[in-house]
Amino acid sequence: MATGSTTPIAATARAEASPLPGLIKDAGLFALVTLGLCVPIVSYRTDLGQGIGLVITTRWGTVLALCAAIFVLRLVQQLYLTGRARRRAARAPVVEGASRLAAILAPITLVIALTLPLLATLLTGSLGEGRYWIDLGILILTYVMLGWGLNIVVGLAGLLDLGYVAFYAVGAYSYALLSTVFGLSFWICLPLAGLFAAAFGVLLGFPVLRLRGDYLAIVTLAFGEIIRLVLINWTDFSGGAAGISSIPRVSFFGLPFTAGENGFAATFGLSFNAMHRLVFLYYLILVLALVTNLVTLRMRRLPLGRAWEALREDEIACRSLGIDTTITKLTAFALGAMFAGFAGSFFAVRQAFVSPESFNFLESAIILAIVVLGGMGSQIGVAIAAIVMIGGPELLRNLGFLKAVFGEGFDPNEYRLLLFGLAMVAMMVFRPRGLISERTPSVTIAERGR
Amino acid sequence: MSVAGINVLVEETRALQAPLLDVRGVSAYYGSIQALKGVDLHVKEGEIVALIGANGAGKSTLMMTIFGQPQARTGSITYAGRDITRMATHEIARLNIAQSPEGRRIFSRMSVRENLQMGAALHGGRYFAEDLERMCVLFPRLKERLDQRGGTMSGGEQQMLAIARALMSRPRLLMLDEPSLGLAPLIVKQIFSAVRDLNEREGLTVFIVEQNAYHALKLAHRGYVMVTGAVTMSGTGRELLDNPQVKAAYLEGGQH
Ligand SMILES: Nc1ncnc2c1ncn2[C@@H]1O[C@H](COP(=O)(O)OP(=O)(O)O)[C@@H](O)[C@H]1O
Ligand SMILES: [Mg+2]
Repeated sequence: MATGSTTPIAATARAEASPLPGLIKDAGLFALVTLGLCVPIVSYRTDLGQGIGLVITTRWGTVLALCAAIFVLRLVQQLYLTGRARRRAARAPVVEGASRLAAILAPITLVIALTLPLLATLLTGSLGEGRYWIDLGILILTYVMLGWGLNIVVGLAGLLDLGYVAFYAVGAYSYALLSTVFGLSFWICLPLAGLFAAAFGVLLGFPVLRLRGDYLAIVTLAFGEIIRLVLINWTDFSGGAAGISSIPRVSFFGLPFTAGENGFAATFGLSFNAMHRLVFLYYLILVLALVTNLVTLRMRRLPLGRAWEALREDEIACRSLGIDTTITKLTAFALGAMFAGFAGSFFAVRQAFVSPESFNFLESAIILAIVVLGGMGSQIGVAIAAIVMIGGPELLRNLGFLKAVFGEGFDPNEYRLLLFGLAMVAMMVFRPRGLISERTPSVTIAERGR
Repeated sequence: MSVAGINVLVEETRALQAPLLDVRGVSAYYGSIQALKGVDLHVKEGEIVALIGANGAGKSTLMMTIFGQPQARTGSITYAGRDITRMATHEIARLNIAQSPEGRRIFSRMSVRENLQMGAALHGGRYFAEDLERMCVLFPRLKERLDQRGGTMSGGEQQMLAIARALMSRPRLLMLDEPSLGLAPLIVKQIFSAVRDLNEREGLTVFIVEQNAYHALKLAHRGYVMVTGAVTMSGTGRELLDNPQVKAAYLEGGQH
């Protein structure tokens, strides 16, 4: 019996120790591959000799150093990764960490968003000076809204839509055409644009939602391109590649932002400032984005929204629980499209100009990247990802000192896509499930006594 | 008593006599491969009926065919007097048939509570609180884990969740596909006794598909044996347990 009692301890010890030899072996293998690669590439060098001809010098020291470096790096990497995996496994009910992070980030982000025009004014000295920041805020919020809209389709319902920008285009052109042709005001066009986009969503959804995964992605991708090509080629309707310009500006619910006496400033007894409109646009997109968010959060608690999430996990189970999967998918598609439509008409009213070039595949890709980086389904994650993806490249623009490093011709903006790529790769390695990967349950017990 | 009243009564007695679920001459295909070859079986109200058979016999296919996916190519399936042969899966589910499918198929990213909510969706969550309470009594293990994500639970707990989720829709007929698969004997015992309880106390009709023939036949009132897409034997649970052929084919290796 005495021997019996020692066995488990020995077994545990072995289990604890076992990773290391494995890791060393693995790192050794890496070093061996490095050696193999180094022999033809690094180990021989040809120099010009005294006379004619070349002299071969061997560089075994360098090779050795490289192999050693690879060995150590691989070992460190593996140790880090296994350590992390073990730490992860240790805190099994994972929910805590990520959702606590989200709980801190969300209010901070919201407060900054609400006070951005004020902050910009205070920090730069005047409202006019803060223009750059407010413009950037509008741009980011547009993408936050688009990200949240697409999140309904991709993150919640799990339908991979690569042509989301098509609905954005439908919204933008709805406003552009309705306002320039029929003279309708923005406030009438905004809901109409949403409706049109949703209608397009249903139109596309009916035939394609029977498709799964890859096939759905390809068809939506094609749909996005078709919309763009139609806009380019149907010149009579959409103005072709030249687009539609002089789209009416936004008004303060009927009061134009002009210097005249019927204008916004005069009515409220303010001195006219061209920035009023910009600030108004900022708050408009903020409200639109927040509405998107609130609707999504609300939907998640309703049976339909819960059905979206269930659908993403298991379609067959959903059907056998009496859920009509076609209708469920269609509603997700249409609702996502509707928010893109709203965002599109906002885009048109802000730019006062639309052209098909604004709605190319890269836009869809960026929005999708925002959703994926954000963690597929996490609202705050999407917002943070939009800030990083859209605001990050803007930061580059300001890094003038890089010119000193890389030479005069260096334009940081040209490296935008490269950085996107790097960010993606980094994400895949470090947070393969997105920035905020933990799904927060839509219901929890209120009394979480502990 | 009025004529209308008598008619209703006649209807009801007829409904009681006719089986709740009646499968007649059903064949089903996957592409050109025939998986079911004219299956006949029925389940009467209040019964527990077991379908046993080896791996690949077509048991799961039959269950899914009753649920309309794949649809039967020939034959008919009648449930509570209605022909459901050509109905869509979700419509069939809305007739109060619930299933715990092969592989459980719980929503693994969702919490236990949310999984149960999905089960209750059929009634718009009207009876949710009440039924949640019932499930917690039936499977005390779920009660402690209501906010745990489904995917992080053990196999047995997941099976309990799959059954509880099905029960949340207040079904008249509960269909279970291999609830004992991969579970420890003790857990299997718990699950089967819960099923028996439901049948005895609430009169729930149960159709259970199992490879674990011994337990299933002990539980069931009647049983069917399926071999390569066709029913080859039927009888009461006891009869099948004592049948030498069944013994040789499905009960060898001890009565676990
Ligand atoms: N989705 C499918 N596509 C093609 N063949 C299938 C599919 N599902 C099951 N089969 C085949 O149908 C037969 C019956 O399978 P199944 O009903 O799962 O058996 P059981 O549940 O009795 O183990 C098997 O030969 C299996 O290979
Ligand atoms: Mg099976």
